Amino acid sequence: MANPGRTPYPRPQSVPNSVLLHDGLQAGVQRHIEPPALHFEGKKEMATLTLTPTEQLSKDEILRYSRHLIMPEVGMEGQLKLKKAKVLCIGAGGLGSPLALYLAAAGVGRLGIVDFDVVDFTNLQRQVIHTTADVGKPKLTSAKESILELNPNVEVVTYETRLTSENALDLLKDYDIIVDGTDNFPTRYLVNDACVLLGKPNVYGSIFRFEGQVSVFDARKGPCYRCLYPEPPPPGLVPSCAEGGVLGVLPGIVGCIQAMEAIKLIIGQGQPLIGRLLVYDALSIKFRELKLRKNPECPVCGAQPTITRLIDYEQFCGIRGEEHTPVITGIREITAREVKKMMDEKKPFVLIDVREPHEFQICRIPGSKLIPLGEVPKRMNELNSADEMVVYCRSGQRSARAVDLLMKAGFRKVHNLGGGILAWSDQVDPSVPKY
Amino acid sequence: MAVKIMIPTPLRQYVGKRDQVEVEAKTVAEALSKLAAEYSELRRHLYTEEGKLRSFVNIYLGDEDIRLLQREQTPLHENDVLSIVPSIAGGTALRCICS
Repeated sequence: MANPGRTPYPRPQSVPNSVLLHDGLQAGVQRHIEPPALHFEGKKEMATLTLTPTEQLSKDEILRYSRHLIMPEVGMEGQLKLKKAKVLCIGAGGLGSPLALYLAAAGVGRLGIVDFDVVDFTNLQRQVIHTTADVGKPKLTSAKESILELNPNVEVVTYETRLTSENALDLLKDYDIIVDGTDNFPTRYLVNDACVLLGKPNVYGSIFRFEGQVSVFDARKGPCYRCLYPEPPPPGLVPSCAEGGVLGVLPGIVGCIQAMEAIKLIIGQGQPLIGRLLVYDALSIKFRELKLRKNPECPVCGAQPTITRLIDYEQFCGIRGEEHTPVITGIREITAREVKKMMDEKKPFVLIDVREPHEFQICRIPGSKLIPLGEVPKRMNELNSADEMVVYCRSGQRSARAVDLLMKAGFRKVHNLGGGILAWSDQVDPSVPKY
Repeated sequence: MAVKIMIPTPLRQYVGKRDQVEVEAKTVAEALSKLAAEYSELRRHLYTEEGKLRSFVNIYLGDEDIRLLQREQTPLHENDVLSIVPSIAGGTALRCICS
């Protein structure tokens, strides 16, 4: 629902106080120098010019960026554009890690980062801006340290907050380019809409397991995210806690492509992915390019927009609070301790594991029978409805669905192990690894 | 018309882990319908209960979105390639279409 009393955000006609972006957009910054006739050879002194500090490179910077400067596509002009650029990275995780590092390495003058999360041990498989020593620290602290170690010339501005409809416009407005490195639908729609309202390009990247997508949404010239996907998938469409998982290097690749697109926009070289969706299949090493068109009836960037202010994105995505899957009611739960007690008292029961075979390889509760969730309907005939049964999975959600299926098929003595094998590890046997 | 349907990674588990499936069809609607008939687990990921194509799953013929062609009535030619391109958002939310 739109916030009552808020006036619609005025759509900008030009982009004030920005560097000259890709295609001859209005430049608000006056340039005092002609395109450079300066050459860099070894450590020769620069000719002195009357330049403001943000419009010149120090000797150190010239040496640092020499591999950029000697390319005609970049040169001093391009490097100065990078130095003046302000890029906001939403997320310092899988996508944000390579993105922030490469933008910093390239010499982007100001890097804003938005993240409210803390470094977790499981992040280190892919979030290469963080290290083992950073586990437990706020991601922003760790990211800022890594960036400044790599390139102390970058001004790193951190925003330890959740991006919301209340703060998004204020937060984004001072940046030239927004790069979306988030991992959830509500934030993606929020970032998209805010970028459209503010007239900012949004470098989009997303991943899942082995697949990635990248595009540049710039509603002034092409489609926005809603033109591509007008609606998000409803949560709990197929209720499951099956963790998608991701091959660690995948966000590395996609985040790097996002960094490349941001740099291209800044220096005005090459063809950015405006109006194109790059789909990357890591397994077959295929990059495909699909055409994206602006939807003339897009509710936010179309000719007659119906969305002129930021909305409640959690509601739009059908999410309330942290609940992402619907609660299955009417099933009986049993705790890990109670199951252990049944084992110790040698009470007869059947223990069923509904995880996937590769999870069964990681760890299992002794004495369990593996019937992956997808096979439960077909393999119910292997079970005896007269038996007491306890069903488990990793965290208790898939098994809840299995219990629901079994009960609907007439099994009455079925219980769901609350919290799954994770709870078993916490409460009964800490030697069982968590994953 | 023999056409190929490219299956995105989140949906490959429903088609025996294949990355592409061949079907005979004259229109996009027929091709998807045959795919869903052959792999019944795939049906609810592609279609609502009312039988409409889900809005967060885009279908491309070659590199063109079918919404810009004739949608599901888009005619197919021999060796056309259809791609299913679902909305993904990182490692978290896609559990919604992957069980």
